[in-house]
Amino acid sequence: MVMYVLRRLLTAIPTLFVVVTLAFFLIRIAPGGPFNQERGLSPEIRANIEAQFGLDDPLWLQYVNYLNNLAHGNFGPSYNLPDFTVGELFATGLPISVQLGAMALTLALLVGGMLGIVAALKQNRWEDYAVIATATAGSTIPTFVIAPIIQLVFGLIWNLLPIGGWNDGAWPNKVGPVLTLALPQIAIVARLMRGSMIEALRAHHIRTARALGLSDWSVIVKHALRGAVLPIVSYAGPAAAALLTGSVIVETIFAIPGVGRYFVEAALNRDYTLVMGTVVVIAIFTIVFNLIVDILYAVVDPRVRYD
Amino acid sequence: MTDAALDTVGAAEPRQGRSLWDDAWARLRANKAAMASLFFLAAMAIACIAGPWLVPHTYTTIYGDYVRTPPSLSAYPKADMVETALAEAVKRMRVDIKEWRQDGDRVFVTVESGREVDERNVRYLDRSDTFGDAKVESKSDDGRTMVLSASIKQQYFLLGTDNVGRDLLSRTLMAGRISLAIGLLAGVTAVVIGVIYGATAGFIGGRTDEVMMRIVDVLYSLPFIFFVIMLVVFFGRNFVLMFLAVGAVLWLDMARIVRGQALSIRRQEYIQAAEALGVTRSGILIRHVVPNLLGPVVIYMTLLVPQVIILESFLSFLGLGVQEPMTSWGVLISAGAKNIGSANWLLLFPAIFLVSTLLALNFVGDGLRDALDPRDR
Repeated sequence: MVMYVLRRLLTAIPTLFVVVTLAFFLIRIAPGGPFNQERGLSPEIRANIEAQFGLDDPLWLQYVNYLNNLAHGNFGPSYNLPDFTVGELFATGLPISVQLGAMALTLALLVGGMLGIVAALKQNRWEDYAVIATATAGSTIPTFVIAPIIQLVFGLIWNLLPIGGWNDGAWPNKVGPVLTLALPQIAIVARLMRGSMIEALRAHHIRTARALGLSDWSVIVKHALRGAVLPIVSYAGPAAAALLTGSVIVETIFAIPGVGRYFVEAALNRDYTLVMGTVVVIAIFTIVFNLIVDILYAVVDPRVRYD
Repeated sequence: MTDAALDTVGAAEPRQGRSLWDDAWARLRANKAAMASLFFLAAMAIACIAGPWLVPHTYTTIYGDYVRTPPSLSAYPKADMVETALAEAVKRMRVDIKEWRQDGDRVFVTVESGREVDERNVRYLDRSDTFGDAKVESKSDDGRTMVLSASIKQQYFLLGTDNVGRDLLSRTLMAGRISLAIGLLAGVTAVVIGVIYGATAGFIGGRTDEVMMRIVDVLYSLPFIFFVIMLVVFFGRNFVLMFLAVGAVLWLDMARIVRGQALSIRRQEYIQAAEALGVTRSGILIRHVVPNLLGPVVIYMTLLVPQVIILESFLSFLGLGVQEPMTSWGVLISAGAKNIGSANWLLLFPAIFLVSTLLALNFVGDGLRDALDPRDR
């Protein structure tokens, strides 16, 4: 098992390398540069600033330097937020995004899983239809509609929650963003859970367990759930990577100082290092969570072996 | 067996079997949610295409007197708005209101000033969005007081007006035109690229397939939004080009689906049978492969269109999509989200249009999937 994890982490390095290389050259091909937008910057001054950041070097040298820095864990300075290095920006923003994402993911797995199980047990009854309706609505309504509606209903009409802001992580400020992040995920998890649970309940070993007189609870939780949870596990990996690295929509609407908004801003401002940093962080999260999914698979399903 | 023998067999059995598509259509018709959604989508498309011409306001007309007017089924101006609008118009004339009264749908206002009142001042009433057909009724001998009259223009703002006083109904319908057009445009682009790429990989197979699919894997590993933003950066604000580009990003799933389908179809026995009977390669492709590929493609396309619409709205929400005064549902929702405190209809109506369209598209997609799925026949 340890060997497997190590081998997987080693094979992740070429993937990461390809992603970094692609992103590096793609953003460089884009017209404009990080210091082009600033008004009133004379060409000499701009040349000086670019020289200071090494932007006047040939592209291949910049690429080698970047890789070298990256290998030493140095993401470089941010061009558009000159007081910060990219590492510092992540150090302050990432914990916030990860916290919100983790809460949303937990909520989605618990609530979505529960709804899915209920729907599967009450198949074709009103409980089932209610869950399907909720799931359809939840996975269709985009977050940029859900978020302002939550603000409107809970913040303005009922006055229960603040409309936005982080406020050092006070819990009322987290409710809106977490709900917005969780709702679409709840819908998807509920759908997956319903489908796989229905399938699992039809299996022979479940019939046997029932015939042996095991309680409903024991049949569902101990035997059916184990098989039914596999699709959720493989869905939750990429979903976790996406949730934990922040959502630009949620962070913009609720004014949350996470890392999700950096990506769009940085790409538009040609803040090369910040874009690259975000790409690397997202790629690492994706790789790690895919690995966790594979390990969990082996834990849940003993037929899966890695050796 | 000779051809003549085949013909007699055919003549003995005149009953025609139902084709895949007849069967699917019959099954789709039995699906109430999908059919209702289909009609809803047709109605929405007609409303968005024809609507902007039928609504009495154009989507760019700015009514200065009606900024952020709440939605209402009855005509504007409301009773209390006449006085404000009148005061506003008369203020521009730099004269004072002595008295005013409303008589039916006309207002009569007596204005006075320290100096002689110019008759041309009457045009300020015409310029107002509330009044029209203004004229001078009478004038005092010294010219310092004048009685003006104007008719009140009745205007309907069924969905209210936006921040600068544009009719929300005409804007929402216009936005629908753009959003639906973009959805179709990018959807078709993605399907065309995906089908060609996937089918090529699936049919040629072997090394080519390996390389082509590895390229798809690499493209998958880049964050999707990064791609889209890069495209926005490259193509600027030209939305037709941009959405061709967005379509060009969304083809990855399509390519995988079509490749898998093509691989499995290639190994089917009926293909071998056709080959054994000496049907040409293009004949097999047209008669057997394409119809069997079409099912998943159609299903995926109906699910792709809502994805594109969401993506477009998302980009517009970030300010990267369609630019003012042109509009799309995403642009309207974005503006609505910024004004939820003061004018929540700006969020609610575009959101209802968008969400209902997305739901309907999803129901049609699900319905098609059930109808075309050969497994539960």
